[in-house]
Amino acid sequence: MQTADNNILTLLQQCLAQDALHQQNTADGLLTLWVRKADIVSTVQFLQQNAYLSLYDLCGIDERDRARKEQLPVADFSVVYLLFSFKDNNFIRLKVPLTGEYPSLPSITAIFPNANWYEREIYDMFGIRFDGHPHLQRLLMPQSWQGHPLRKEHPARATEIGPFRLWDEKQDAEQEALRFKPEEWGMQTHSDDADFMFLNIGPQHPGTHGVLRIILQLDGEEIVDAVPEIGFHHRGAEKMGERQSWHTYIPYTDRIDYLGGVMNNLSYLLAVEQLAGITIPDRAQVIRVMLCELFRINSHLVWFGTFAQDLGQLSPVFYMFTEREKIFDVIEAVCGGRMHPNWFRIGGVAQDLPNGWDTLVRDFVNRFPAKLKEFNDMVLRNSLIKARTKGIGVYTLEEAIEWGVTGPGLRACGFDWDFRKKRPYSGYEMFDFDIPIAQHGDCYDRSVVRVEEMRQSLRIIEQCLNNMPSGNYKADHPLTTPPIKKHTMQDIETLITHFLNVSWGPVIPPGEAMSCVEATKGATSYYLISDGNTSSYRTRIRTPSFPHMQMVPYISKGYTVADLLSILGSVDYVLADIDR
Amino acid sequence: MTVMQHIWIVLGVLFVFLNIAAGLIWVERRLLAMWQDRLGPNRAGPLGLMIVLADTLKLFFKEDWIPPFADKWVFIFAPAIVVASVLMSFVIIPFAPGILVADLNVGLLFFLAMSSLGVYSIVLGGWASNNKYSLLGALRGASQMIAYEVFMGLSLMGVVMLSRSFNLAEIVAAQEKVWFVFLQPVGFVIFFIAGLAETHRLPFDIPESESELIAGFHAEYSGMKFGMFFIGEYLGITLISAMTVTLFFGGWLGPAFLPPVVWFFLKTFVFIGLFILLRASLPRPRYDQLLEYGWKLLLPLVLVNLLVTGAIALWMKH
Repeated sequence: MQTADNNILTLLQQCLAQDALHQQNTADGLLTLWVRKADIVSTVQFLQQNAYLSLYDLCGIDERDRARKEQLPVADFSVVYLLFSFKDNNFIRLKVPLTGEYPSLPSITAIFPNANWYEREIYDMFGIRFDGHPHLQRLLMPQSWQGHPLRKEHPARATEIGPFRLWDEKQDAEQEALRFKPEEWGMQTHSDDADFMFLNIGPQHPGTHGVLRIILQLDGEEIVDAVPEIGFHHRGAEKMGERQSWHTYIPYTDRIDYLGGVMNNLSYLLAVEQLAGITIPDRAQVIRVMLCELFRINSHLVWFGTFAQDLGQLSPVFYMFTEREKIFDVIEAVCGGRMHPNWFRIGGVAQDLPNGWDTLVRDFVNRFPAKLKEFNDMVLRNSLIKARTKGIGVYTLEEAIEWGVTGPGLRACGFDWDFRKKRPYSGYEMFDFDIPIAQHGDCYDRSVVRVEEMRQSLRIIEQCLNNMPSGNYKADHPLTTPPIKKHTMQDIETLITHFLNVSWGPVIPPGEAMSCVEATKGATSYYLISDGNTSSYRTRIRTPSFPHMQMVPYISKGYTVADLLSILGSVDYVLADIDR
Repeated sequence: MTVMQHIWIVLGVLFVFLNIAAGLIWVERRLLAMWQDRLGPNRAGPLGLMIVLADTLKLFFKEDWIPPFADKWVFIFAPAIVVASVLMSFVIIPFAPGILVADLNVGLLFFLAMSSLGVYSIVLGGWASNNKYSLLGALRGASQMIAYEVFMGLSLMGVVMLSRSFNLAEIVAAQEKVWFVFLQPVGFVIFFIAGLAETHRLPFDIPESESELIAGFHAEYSGMKFGMFFIGEYLGITLISAMTVTLFFGGWLGPAFLPPVVWFFLKTFVFIGLFILLRASLPRPRYDQLLEYGWKLLLPLVLVNLLVTGAIALWMKH
């Protein structure tokens, strides 16, 4: 990766002006370059031509209140582009410094189609405008929202705003804002030979698996265009990260991809631990991996059952939820919680494994393969399911990369890319497992990949079971939480440190770090900025469901309403993961 | 038969089948629950049987809402059609020797005519609701009707050839030696598939498809008007099961240790169970797939069946 960084840096220096680049050192070691506003489009274009084919993330930062930014270019705001090259297995982070209250910069939607929603989100959250964006509107907040939530002056809590009042005019205005006007959504009401029907699916609809709204433009039952409206599940998770301490933010991460449970903890903590420079003991790593893989199976089981139900098969969901319940029994015995166990801590996990955990896990490992085979026979080998999913919602590998697809959706296009293998974290390099792939990139192949992934997860769990290392379940480091209490009763300094670390939480050293985790639905990243405080200065959560949902209109055009359900089911998103 | 006897039979048939239809609420929910590793309704009364009463009472007391945007009279009229047309079909079914309402010599044709009227309910109900989901449901209902109606009638012609009658009592009598299911296996399978489509049950509940159209054509219905669709569906299941038994499984025929009418109902319940089992196990095809399946596969198949049956019948005659 070092050589890849150097290569691309030399290339960039050749094509840009002398002082145009400013390199920043970050705790995660990713190549981070500050680029001038005028150069950003050409730089992104240049990188795209040099194998950086995927726009992994795009986010904004309000730099105005940041402490310890002496080394950085002057900026009131900055916009961060994160590009990924599958060829070099390398990230590159570009930052654009912006000055002024409501700055603007050129849009890159012409280069990367998935920049569309990211730029809208930045506009929504910071008020930063993108020139040349085709449809720059709010994305997550209601259209009538006042202010831009992630700006530092925007209050984080309702109690800071004053009591809510809904007077008549405001109610009328809000209701008027909800009126559906096809033109505002960029849709035509009729073509040369047909009037279109607009079908409003959601936010309350059994097929959307949560509060998602999709407006369909229909010609008969054929989908001409589809526009998803998201944001109904937006809870301001990124804003909360700026208020909670490093430790107390962990439970919030559980609820991002709420089917992934501790997988979110891991993603967040990997970034925190990079900043703090904590090395995790082996036992803690293996416990983490085991729980994560249990949650991966759990999440895939929920997907499997609901996917079958979307296609009209009513029974599998009950069998799969029963099996999921068995997994929850194991998780509950270890963590005490079920869906949101909030079990990982900075530096390790909350407690050691309980006595008898191995019997529980072994029972599960022995029972599950037969069950999984049964589920597979019941659903994926059913010819009606095949008829409903084969050749539906197809995208090619190039399209997948262009739209930022990760996870099973990418592997279904025949590309064996798994971050657990390619950029191992938390000791995944020590495990023996395969990356399942399929070839056609349709709904059926995405399903096949997920089912095979459950088998691979089971292999990993079995290895955890057979090779659980002994040792500490938490690192011996002053910044871990809860703080180490061993010598507190002996000397006053330790007692004070312990007291401060419990009451305020640890102070994480200043810096920037990003994790990249192969979560249940794709790559999840937490990009954390510390300016040396008890909470993060900026918490950016890159979720896989967000780009996946953005791609849905593109892959559902020309299919029917019934196919849309297959597509939505096979994409496997969680609304909380989209909206955060 | 006297006039009084006729009236008793009519009332008896009405009473029995309306009760069976209502009882199926419980049967279906318990059976589905059993197959899905659940308990199902088990609280009201012994084995939860009183759920039937509770459900019916609930339907009666629900607000009978007519949406202001709906076409009022058509909206009210639509649910009645399905119940009326299905009940009319029961007229020609012989439950046992002598126990039938009308001994029509075109009984089978009467059944086909009546059962195909049921689709008006879906089309009119979906149209009158003035709701886009209902409209899509109605459109699908209409296209589905085009898919199954053709091969449904043709699948029964083999039976007619073999028994040389459209009269159902005579068809049953013709199965004294061997049930027609053994002589007409293809006809039976195709008729049963058509019957599934006719009753709009999974896998062919395409006009209703709860996961995409929510409830499709009856999305706007509530209270007893919804109840009519509900009961119409169960009556439809019973009707198709009863017809399958009559046409292919020897109707009331069976060993003498049980009375004929008991044999008839036992066989019917097996098919009702099969309907529910199919719902528990199969996913739903897309409506265009059903059309394709109907026209490209089942229609040629049923025509070949007819040809072969005719040829063999002629050959046997000589």
